[in-house]
Amino acid sequence: MSGAEEAIVARYTGNVGAFHLDVAFTAPMHGLTALFGASGSGKTTILRCIAGLQRLPGRLSVGGSVWQDDATRTFRRTHERPIGYVFQEASLFAHLSVRDNLRYGQQRARNAGTREIISESDVVSFLGLDRLMDRAPANLSGGERQRVAIGRALLSQPQLLLMDEPLAALDLNSKDEILPYLETLHERLSIPMLYVSHDMSEVQRLADSIVLLERGKVAASGPLQEVLTDVNLPSARRPDASAMLDAEVGSFDTRYSLTQVNVAGATLMVPGRIGDPGTIRRVRIAAADVSLAATRPSETTITNVLAARIVEVRPLDDAQVNVVLLLGHEGDGARLLARVTRRSLELLGLTQGQLVYAQVKAVSMLRRRGGGATPPPKVQPPASRGWLP
Amino acid sequence: MPLWSELWPAIRLTLELSATTTLVLLVVGTPIAWWLARSRARWKEAVAAVVALPLVLPPTVLGFYLLLFLGPFGPGGAVAPLFGLRTFAFTFFGLLFGSVLFSMPFVVQPIRNAFEAFGNRPLEVAATLRASPWDTFWSVAVPLARPGFLTGAVLGFAHTVGEFGVVLMLGGNIPGRTRTLSVAIFDYVNTLRWSEAHWIAGGMVVFSFVVILTMFVLEKRIGRLRGG
Repeated sequence: MSGAEEAIVARYTGNVGAFHLDVAFTAPMHGLTALFGASGSGKTTILRCIAGLQRLPGRLSVGGSVWQDDATRTFRRTHERPIGYVFQEASLFAHLSVRDNLRYGQQRARNAGTREIISESDVVSFLGLDRLMDRAPANLSGGERQRVAIGRALLSQPQLLLMDEPLAALDLNSKDEILPYLETLHERLSIPMLYVSHDMSEVQRLADSIVLLERGKVAASGPLQEVLTDVNLPSARRPDASAMLDAEVGSFDTRYSLTQVNVAGATLMVPGRIGDPGTIRRVRIAAADVSLAATRPSETTITNVLAARIVEVRPLDDAQVNVVLLLGHEGDGARLLARVTRRSLELLGLTQGQLVYAQVKAVSMLRRRGGGATPPPKVQPPASRGWLP
Repeated sequence: MPLWSELWPAIRLTLELSATTTLVLLVVGTPIAWWLARSRARWKEAVAAVVALPLVLPPTVLGFYLLLFLGPFGPGGAVAPLFGLRTFAFTFFGLLFGSVLFSMPFVVQPIRNAFEAFGNRPLEVAATLRASPWDTFWSVAVPLARPGFLTGAVLGFAHTVGEFGVVLMLGGNIPGRTRTLSVAIFDYVNTLRWSEAHWIAGGMVVFSFVVILTMFVLEKRIGRLRGG
C-alpha cells in the first residue's frame, strides 16, 4: 500500500464498556473499503471513532492530514472533519423537508469555504429525488429515506464517505432498490468510502478492499481478491467462500448466446449478453463450484475449463481441502479458490506448483464497474446473474 | 362591568408578571433543561430535584424563605440599595423572582422531556454535516423540541397567572403593584364582594380553557406538519 499521503491510517486501542478494541489498519484513499465482521467485532465503533463521534485512544490520519493524534493532543471534532456519514437508520431531520435536509450540510460546507464538487442537481438526478423534494421525511418509504440520507451526506462535500450498514435496517425490496445506487456511487465518486457490513454478499459486490474484524482485532486486511482467497483466514472456511475477479467483457457469440469475458490468465464464457465489450464487470466464482482435473478433460459439459497452477493446499476438515490456484499455464493470473475432497486430491496426486485444469461450474456476474464511457442510468436493475451449467 | 377600572390594574399586573416570568423562564430554563437532558453528571438528578421542588413545596414556605431572602435583612436587601430600593419584597421584581422559581418546573420539565425524546442521533447527524454544537442547538435541537417549548411556555404562563401563596407572602396586596388577580379574588371574597369575585373567577375559567385548547390545537398541527 502507498504512503500515508494516499491512505487512511487508523490505530485505536481502548475499552468501550467491557469490550476491548485494539486495531490498526490502512485503507486506500480510493475505492470502497469494507469493515467486515460479525456483530460485536467493533466495526461500528471504529467507524464512529473515525467520524469523531466517539473517542478512543489512538491515531488517525486521512490522506496525510492528522485527525487524531494523542501524542500531540490533536483531535478534530466531528464537525471539523470533512466526512459524510450514512447511518443505519436514515435519521433525517424530522422538522425539515427533503430539500432542506439535503441542503443542511451543503450550506454549512459552503459557509466553511469548501469547494463544491457535487451539486444538488447531480445528487437529485442520480438518486432520483426530484419527486420527493417537498415531502416530509415521515412520508417517505425506508428506501427513499436512505436515498435522501446518502444524498445529504454527499452534498456536504465529504473527502471521506463513511457508511454504517446502510442497508441493514431495510427490507429486501428496499435493499435491492439501494444497492445499485451504491454500486454506481462507487464508480462515480473519486472519494474513498469506508463501509461497515456483516453481510458477505454486500461486501463481495461493493468492496475493493476489506478489513476483517474479529472480536475487536484486525484478522486481516488488504485487497478484496487477496483476502477472500486467503485460505489461512476464516472467510475461506465459510460454505460460500469465493474468489472475486475483475473481468473485461469481450465479444458476444450470437450462435450460442454466450459472452466472452477476460480475467487475468483466462477467458470465461458466460450465458447471455453481459454488456458492451470493454466494460469491466466483477465476477464471483464460488470455491464449491470449482473442481480440478490433472489432465485437460476432453469430453465434458463444462464450458469453462481453465489451466491453473496450484499455489497452496489447506485442509478444511477431515474430508475437504481448500486449494488456491493462480490462473494461466505459468500461474501468473488471477487467484481462484477450489474446494475438493481430500480423497480426490490424493488419488490425483495433486501438489503445490502443479499444472491443473479447473472446471468452473458457475460464474456470477456481480456488478458493472468503471470502463464504460456512458454515464450509468438513473435506476439500474439489480445485477444480472449468469449461471453456466 | 362597572368595576373595569378597578379590575384593570390587577389584570394588567397579572399579564405583565406572567409574560415576563415566562420569558425569563424560557431564557433561564432552556439551558437548565438542556443540561439536565444531556449531562451525564451523577448529581444531575439532585439538580433536577431542586428545580422540581416547588411542585411539592407549600407555596407559603417558598414565599416565606423568599421574603427573608429578598427582605431588607437578607442578601436581597444588601443589593436593593443599588437600585434605590430598601427591599425587593413587595416589588414587581420580588414577585418576578418568586414566580420564576415557583413556575420553573412547569417550563423546564416539558423542555427537558422534548430534548430527551429525540435522543443523540439528530445531533450526531448534524455534526457529521459540519454543524458546530451551537449551530446544532439552534438548527436541530430547538426546532425538534418545539412542542416542549410550547407546552412549557403555556404551563409556565398559566401557572404564574394562578399563583397565590408566593405572591401573598412576598408581595402582599398592594393595588396596582403587587395585587394580582388571584389575590384580588381572595380579597373580594374576604370583603364579601361576590359579584367582583365572580367576574374574575369566571374570566379565569374561560381564559384557562382557551389557553389549553390553543395548546392542544397547536401541538396537533405541529404533529401533522411532520407527518406524524
